[in-house]
Amino acid sequence: MKNAKQGAADGAGRAGPAARAEGTLILVVDDFTDNREMYAQYLAFRGFRVAEAADGHEALRKAGELMPDLVVMDLSLPGLDGWEATRRLKRDGRTRAIPVIALTGHALDGYSQSARDAGCDSFLIKPCQPQDLENEIRRVLAIEGAEPEPRGRKERHA
Amino acid sequence: MARTLTVPLPARETPRAPTTAILESRLAMAEFLLGCEDLRECGQRSVEWLVEQAGARQAACLCLDLQENRLAPIASLGLPPAAREELSFEIEDPKHPLVAVLHGRRPKVLSRSVPGVPRSLSGTRVLVVPLYGLFAAEDVPAGLLISAPVTSELTRDVRWVADLLGHRLVRLTRQRALTESDRLLRRERMLLDAVPDPILLTDNEGRLLMANSQAQKLLATRDDESEGRRRAVALNNMFFSSALAQTAIPEALGRRREVVLVDPIEGTDLVFEMLNTVATDAKEGSGIVSVLRNVTDLRRATEEIEENYRRLRVAEADVRAERDRLDLIIDSVADPIVVTDPSGATVLMNAPAERLFTVSRDATPDESVRITANDAHFSSFLSNLFIAGEEVRRRGFVGLVDPPTGAAMPVEAITGKILSEHGEVIAVVTILHDRTEQIEKARLYERLKEASEGLERRVLEATAELLRRNELLDRQRLALEQASHLKSQFLANMSHEFRTPLNAIMGYTSMLLQGVNGELLPTQKRNLERVDSNARHLLSIINDILDISRIEAGRMPLHLTDFSLGELVGEVVAELEPIIERSRLAVSSRVAPSLPRLHSDRAKVKQILLNLLTNAIKFTPRGSVKVAAGPVQGESGVRIHVIDTGIGIAESDREKIFEDFRQADSSPAREYGGAGLGLAICRRLARMLGGTISVTSELGKGSTFTLDLPKRTRR
Repeated sequence: MKNAKQGAADGAGRAGPAARAEGTLILVVDDFTDNREMYAQYLAFRGFRVAEAADGHEALRKAGELMPDLVVMDLSLPGLDGWEATRRLKRDGRTRAIPVIALTGHALDGYSQSARDAGCDSFLIKPCQPQDLENEIRRVLAIEGAEPEPRGRKERHA
Repeated sequence: MARTLTVPLPARETPRAPTTAILESRLAMAEFLLGCEDLRECGQRSVEWLVEQAGARQAACLCLDLQENRLAPIASLGLPPAAREELSFEIEDPKHPLVAVLHGRRPKVLSRSVPGVPRSLSGTRVLVVPLYGLFAAEDVPAGLLISAPVTSELTRDVRWVADLLGHRLVRLTRQRALTESDRLLRRERMLLDAVPDPILLTDNEGRLLMANSQAQKLLATRDDESEGRRRAVALNNMFFSSALAQTAIPEALGRRREVVLVDPIEGTDLVFEMLNTVATDAKEGSGIVSVLRNVTDLRRATEEIEENYRRLRVAEADVRAERDRLDLIIDSVADPIVVTDPSGATVLMNAPAERLFTVSRDATPDESVRITANDAHFSSFLSNLFIAGEEVRRRGFVGLVDPPTGAAMPVEAITGKILSEHGEVIAVVTILHDRTEQIEKARLYERLKEASEGLERRVLEATAELLRRNELLDRQRLALEQASHLKSQFLANMSHEFRTPLNAIMGYTSMLLQGVNGELLPTQKRNLERVDSNARHLLSIINDILDISRIEAGRMPLHLTDFSLGELVGEVVAELEPIIERSRLAVSSRVAPSLPRLHSDRAKVKQILLNLLTNAIKFTPRGSVKVAAGPVQGESGVRIHVIDTGIGIAESDREKIFEDFRQADSSPAREYGGAGLGLAICRRLARMLGGTISVTSELGKGSTFTLDLPKRTRR
């Protein structure tokens, strides 16, 4: 039922395609290729520059090399997980300022908080529609550091 | 009668002059008589002289014995023996011729024919001369001199001898009498002095006439005695006089009375009992004889006896009291006590024993028989005791019966022999102790013990069982915890694993629908929308399942805050605005203005309301859906009704709809979608918040769901 409402929100996301998206580099970190490429494909379609990483180490390396404007971080990753990768990004003076949006299939209590504790700036739960992610990216980048993002309706019982 | 005192020799005129021979004879006779001290010899020589010298044929000398009051011959010559008898007689008769001569004081010639003159005398006449002393005072005759025949010459000689002899005899008689009386006096004195009691003779004025030595010690002083003694004696005289004075009262005479005197030597008090007697003497007149008996020792003894008697009485009283107390004690002992003598006869028994062994007057025949049997048993026990022998104390059992009821009465008898100092048994004391209660107690104790042991065993078993169960429970708890943890882990994983592919499905569908990969044909677009719709439905089912699982696993924490129910209702209605619009139903809400703020979990209340309202819209084809919220009167809670005019729920289905995966219509071809988990979750959530959900409905007319919540939810 809520999901039905989400359909209405989708329209709002589409309403303002950001001219600013051009040149903005988003690093999408996800070990599940389908999801990673889906977001990458959509964000590219929406005019973002997109880089991808399949695990924590790659994410750290690419973040260091590319200095993206924002990182979308899956938390459950093989090797170095999302929490640790985020902590390291936030410990590194060069990458500290890069906002991190946690995007995870873990919907249960506690994950949101642990993600924030690790240094994530925002937290989204899968399933998360590509346009919802785009809206969140826009929100974070527009008012970066000003206030926490309003929780999406997808974030139930967080 | 005139007499010449100076002439001892015969002075009387004689008819003729005596011859020289006669003179010499008379001289010899006189000399003899003057020197003779023996009465009888004097008489004898005088009689001999008369016969031999003076020519008498017969002569006799009679002597007066004053004590015997008779005359008796002390010498005679020429008389037949019978005469001597006749000449011995009492002088009572004044008519007797010889007595007459004696008192007449003159010599007399008596004829034998005169009655009283001894017949045995020879001749016809006899000369009788009384024998007197030479002094007038001496007028007591000494006796008679008798001679015969009567001649003038002889008479002259007889009278001469009589004068001499009389004088001598009177002398000798008086002397003898004096000696006698002196001896008598001394003897009396001895007698008196030998009496240990003081004896006194006083005249009527109380003057002391005579006292024996005992009395003198107390009442007479000598010059050589000390002042103290003299004073004691003076005191004694005073006491005695005082005591004596009381005898003047006639009634007091002959009575005993006590006089306390002082022992002048020892200084101690002496107690005397005084007995007075009036003594009368013809010559002396009357006087009072006092005999004092020393009763000091007697008195002391009496006092001692009295004291002893008193002590005895006290002791007796004590013994009696002791005995009474003993009786009381013995009677108050609940156990029967019997004292018997060695023959087995009862000496003493207390009341409890009497109840067992003595047939009372009002005993029934049965009781009497039982008592008699008791007595017999007890007697046999006692006799066994004596046969058994030596030990002083013995313990045994006697089977008695209770007289009134006849109930068996096992009795323990403790018997003690009381031995005399010679070791003989003088009594046997038996104390009987009713063991019924004790035996009953012992039996009960045994049972109690058994029960207790049984109980203990059972407690031990139960404890062991409990321990085993605890252990099992512990293991189960551990297993459950592990399971729960695993379940949580599984849930988390499942959630993640569901969401990851669903994310891809929904994401790609959405991208395709947005034309990311080019424009779609209308049919393609419709089909993709169906994919999207089903994916969303699947997601809602997954979310519901996860909710239930989390509630069941206790992993749905409460976040309690204060919030306004009115605002929440508004928010829910606003959120459902799109489907309300589509439903074309009249949806309204009414919240009582007095509704207080709730302290509860806002998100959960919201989830319940969303669910109820969504359901109401879903199952109401036409009409209206109303939400009404207000306080519950009298209770600290709020009540929210969601009222629809929908299809309603059959009564048989009203509880089923709250079960998991249930819809009222559970057929596969059912009209309404949904996993059927919504109300199940709502009811669980309401319970978590301390509230309830209930439903009233009429098939075809609509349903009313009611949510009751407390104003304050407690964790």
